[in-house]
Amino acid sequence: MTDYRQKYKMTPVLGWLLQDRGGMILLGILLLGCIVIPIGNLVVPAGSAFHVPTWMLGLLGKYLCYALLALSVDLIWGFCGILSLGHGAFFALGGYAMGMYLMRQIGDRGVYGDPVLPDFMVFLNWKELPWYWYGFDHFSFAVLMAMLVPGILAFVFGFLAFRSRVTGVYLSIITQAMTYALLLAFFRNDMGFGGNNGLTDFKDILGFDLQSDQTRCVLVVASAVMLGICYVVSRGITQSRLGKVLIAIRDAESRVRFTGYRVEYYKLFVFTVSAVMAGIAGALYVPQIGIINPGEFAPAASIEVVIWVAVGGRGTLYGAVLGAFIVNYAKTFFTGVMPDFWLFFLGGLFIAVTLFLPKGVIGAIPAFAGAGAVGASGTSGGWRDRLAAWRGNQGGKA
Amino acid sequence: MSTAEDLLAEESRMIQSEKAATILYVDGVSVTFDGFRALNNLSFYVEPGELRAIIGPNGAGKTTMMDIITGKTRPDSGDVLFKSDVDLTKLDEADIANLGIGRKFQKPTVFESHTVFDNLLLACSGGRGVFQALFHRLANREKQRIEETLATIRLGDLRDMMAANLSHGQKQWLEIGMLLMQEPQLLLVDEPVAGMTDSETEQTAILLRDIAKTRSVVVVEHDMEFVRDLDCKVTVLHEGSVLAEGRLDSVQKDPRVIEVYLGR
Repeated sequence: MTDYRQKYKMTPVLGWLLQDRGGMILLGILLLGCIVIPIGNLVVPAGSAFHVPTWMLGLLGKYLCYALLALSVDLIWGFCGILSLGHGAFFALGGYAMGMYLMRQIGDRGVYGDPVLPDFMVFLNWKELPWYWYGFDHFSFAVLMAMLVPGILAFVFGFLAFRSRVTGVYLSIITQAMTYALLLAFFRNDMGFGGNNGLTDFKDILGFDLQSDQTRCVLVVASAVMLGICYVVSRGITQSRLGKVLIAIRDAESRVRFTGYRVEYYKLFVFTVSAVMAGIAGALYVPQIGIINPGEFAPAASIEVVIWVAVGGRGTLYGAVLGAFIVNYAKTFFTGVMPDFWLFFLGGLFIAVTLFLPKGVIGAIPAFAGAGAVGASGTSGGWRDRLAAWRGNQGGKA
Repeated sequence: MSTAEDLLAEESRMIQSEKAATILYVDGVSVTFDGFRALNNLSFYVEPGELRAIIGPNGAGKTTMMDIITGKTRPDSGDVLFKSDVDLTKLDEADIANLGIGRKFQKPTVFESHTVFDNLLLACSGGRGVFQALFHRLANREKQRIEETLATIRLGDLRDMMAANLSHGQKQWLEIGMLLMQEPQLLLVDEPVAGMTDSETEQTAILLRDIAKTRSVVVVEHDMEFVRDLDCKVTVLHEGSVLAEGRLDSVQKDPRVIEVYLGR
């Protein structure tokens, strides 16, 4: 049991960091990765068992970005009950902002050699750069836009949705509609974002070759650092009184209103913060993957993120990171070994987790069993109990 | 001057003074849901520091009345004034809560994933802004108030218990405690003793009478024994309007009330 007198005497930031075992482990692993991965890739010779091959850098970088995206979804879903099925849109917008910078960096090295226009614009016979491409030759501007554009979209979307008190499954559906609308828009050539093919053929970032191992190591480390920072920020939000209000909204929204809180402002705040995080994840993802296309807006991609969070353990933050790594590693593995079975596996995984691990993988680890969103009000007991209960239900129906 | 004008002036003065003395002024309120008249020209007044019980059969409009006062539902017509000058029909739930009107739901509604202590902390009066909440640190004054409330609702030993694990009666009390933390001037309490044991019911009556010493309390209740324990003025609602008003004994003798409750 927590002794409040002691708890509140501690420096708050240090207090909630030290009390957070899962978070400490996560931050420790990220820190270790930041040291080991570059050394393993750049210093350890290729023949050694400890060598980190370049393909693995790409994979790790991708997983880290997905983990950050999952974290942003957990922040709103796990702590405020906002189930966004369109978070891929914010990720993709952040990715496009970075992609536009990388396109401008190509300069006259494109196939058509135009010093200003990207290849696809030359191909479409465009004579000059559209106004919304201005400024993207500056890295700092692109980074700013990678956060601002998703943030503003989330703010406007959230303002309208939350003010009208759209909640639950209705909100989920309109987030799907939002990402689908963006998908269709970005498919159009005359949008000026490369249409179907998106943005690709990037050469370098800030003057460093994107294909070089050094640059790739820096990008992986940057992704890990951003994940760590966003984790600490998210943890700080959830541990504050604001975080307590968010959980209260999740559990009893009308009670929060009658207690005098403006629920819509709280939702708007956390939704916007979450969208900015998703945008950052997208901006880190694109230089490491080397392409961004409208496929990232696909509704199915956003739904997959929710599965990562559910698998890892909703409402824990570190669970979302774990879930993103587990599911994406499984995806890499299965699509390599038996590609036809991946979607069956994913569907089965989601059903299995919902039935037997309502608190996700994290909830199945005894040391972390108390953590998580479903903790207090959900059915307690381990997976064995769940299985027994489920069998009982089946028997009852038969 | 004609007598008619005199009378009119006199009447408006009386209405004015009546309004001035009220903390809650509900006048001629009607509301219709899909053709069903939930409230029909409902009028009643609550004075500062008054404890009032509202009874009535199912569907009499008790909960709708609370929804209107707390801003959840807008009336089709009529006035709802708080402290005789704030028009509640123009405000939303959060505004009304911050004005000093607290509401307890019929089904105990507490924040289940929070401890008893945190439940009270969230209800603690004070800044409700997003950024105030983000950078909020527990002040000694707040802690002291939470401790006092814990003592009042007798949950001091359970302060670190998750609210989800409380018994039904304890949740009811916690919710009342949360309302007290809001420091409301008017408390609306919807069936506070539903599902409580006899001794819990008795204690709740004592608690509410205590609370009514410093603020106005409106209690909606079915349980006649409990209403008797409250020992206060009773308003009987029927089909969306006031059927009778007065002490419980006199109200219970009213033939119309007997018919509504026992007849048909």
